[in-house]
Amino acid sequence: MSDPSEIILRVENIESYYGPIMALKGVSLKVPKNSIVSVLGANGAGKTTLMKNISGVMDPEKGKIFLENEAIDGAAADILVRKGVSHVPEGREVFPMLSVEQNLFMGAYTRKNKAEIKSDIELFCSYFPVLKSRYKQQALTLSGGEQQMLAIARGLMSKPKILLLDEPSLGLSPKLVKEIFGILLKLNKEKGVTILLVEQNAKAALNIADFGYVMELGRIVLHGKSSDLRESRDIQEFYLGANQNSQLEQKRWKNRKTWR
Amino acid sequence: MEILQLLLSGFASGCVYGLIALGFVLIYKATEAVNFAQGDMMMFGAFITIWLTNSDYNGLPFWLSVPIMMLIMGSFGYLIERIFLRQVIGQSQIAIAILTIALGFILRFVAGAIWGHEPHYLESPMVGKNIYFYQAVLGMAEIFVILVTIFLTFILYVFFARTKLGVSMVAASQNQLAAFYVGIPVNKMQSFAWVIAGILAGIAGMLFSAKGSVDPITGLLGIKAFAAAVIGGFGSLPGALVGGLIIGLIEPFSGRYLPSGFSHLVPYIVLVLVLILRPHGLFSQVSIKKV
Repeated sequence: MSDPSEIILRVENIESYYGPIMALKGVSLKVPKNSIVSVLGANGAGKTTLMKNISGVMDPEKGKIFLENEAIDGAAADILVRKGVSHVPEGREVFPMLSVEQNLFMGAYTRKNKAEIKSDIELFCSYFPVLKSRYKQQALTLSGGEQQMLAIARGLMSKPKILLLDEPSLGLSPKLVKEIFGILLKLNKEKGVTILLVEQNAKAALNIADFGYVMELGRIVLHGKSSDLRESRDIQEFYLGANQNSQLEQKRWKNRKTWR
Repeated sequence: MEILQLLLSGFASGCVYGLIALGFVLIYKATEAVNFAQGDMMMFGAFITIWLTNSDYNGLPFWLSVPIMMLIMGSFGYLIERIFLRQVIGQSQIAIAILTIALGFILRFVAGAIWGHEPHYLESPMVGKNIYFYQAVLGMAEIFVILVTIFLTFILYVFFARTKLGVSMVAASQNQLAAFYVGIPVNKMQSFAWVIAGILAGIAGMLFSAKGSVDPITGLLGIKAFAAAVIGGFGSLPGALVGGLIIGLIEPFSGRYLPSGFSHLVPYIVLVLVLILRPHGLFSQVSIKKV
């Protein structure tokens, strides 16, 4: 992480509001090339807001966002897709009445070369074989897990420099979560896909991530290598479910990093 | 043979209703707003065709004035979206509905001020020509209307199913958020829906004027086209056309076989029946979003 040219995404001290409510209170993070970085946190911690700010759906009030040293804060979402930021939003937003094939083609909306697009569809279908078997079906006929896979594959179709994944595990069975995260790790290792992963499922996320950030109430309260975070006592207690006992609530207050 | 003539005239007016209904549905799907001025845009397209073609005005050849009219109506749709509709994005549905109703009134009065309130007739190559088929007399104009509509349906099908721009418009209408995230410029798609709706209204007006007289309140038949769109399921393009054909066919038959006065009533009775029996319309695409 020392060489700054290897950093794909750098977020510096951004603040963001929903009307009068401050959702991000100065968040900074770095995503090195070819890595998986995970942002963990409970509901309302500001994880999704952070993602929206990066992908241009929301603009930060203060602070800077750099994509390979180019400032991108304030740019519109469709411009950012062209620049290489692909956001797979929470809740499997597929095009329900379009076929799997058309959904994937739409993912490549910003690209021109048809032959390359076709070969990329082949490539990503080999990572998500179930999409190949449902190729001509309407997306709304797919199961939740299949829709999530379609959304991820569609996100990859724009050939992003960084893939933003917002809660891919939402509402899926543990087995499916394991399968999808396995595929993500494979994509990262074999194709060098850089991923910023927002998750509540800390265990699954830390298993595949290189680095982790923990958010609470709009702030980063903890960060480090995934292996270190997995060892951390706070993470174990609050996110990984170790030491379940009746004193948990009291301890939680004692160990909380922020007091707002 | 009488039935054949009734069928033909029913299909022909059904095509016009269907094309206006297509405009309604297109704009509704792309922008989630109902353009109540669609019928008046049709009337305007009819007047522009007449203004370009008739010897009293510009006297252009019919085949030249049609593409010019399409160009004018397409730009017109674009400007309406940019100047008026874009200002009320995010406002309540009622604000948008009132705005488009007001636009309809404006168009009606502007057309009256420019071209007067008496009926106009298009000097098209089809006027007064008939085909004799056994004992039936089939109007050339009506056959022309049907052929143009079939051709247009085919073009629209190819556009929305096969071209990148068309599929992106469909995608943006199905899930605006996801369209935004894959880099589709949703605003441009909405403008473009208005361009197409303007052109469709123009063609519908041209066809309408090819088979009958036009005056500034002709646009009120947009209400029948609205009923057609609702029958078709408001949101389905093929449904809009079929709904138009149903209404178009009901009129001449009820006019012929039912007591006088019923021909104007029956389309709305059908509308009420469809809404009671199939509240989402005949061709609704019901999609329940999975969470």
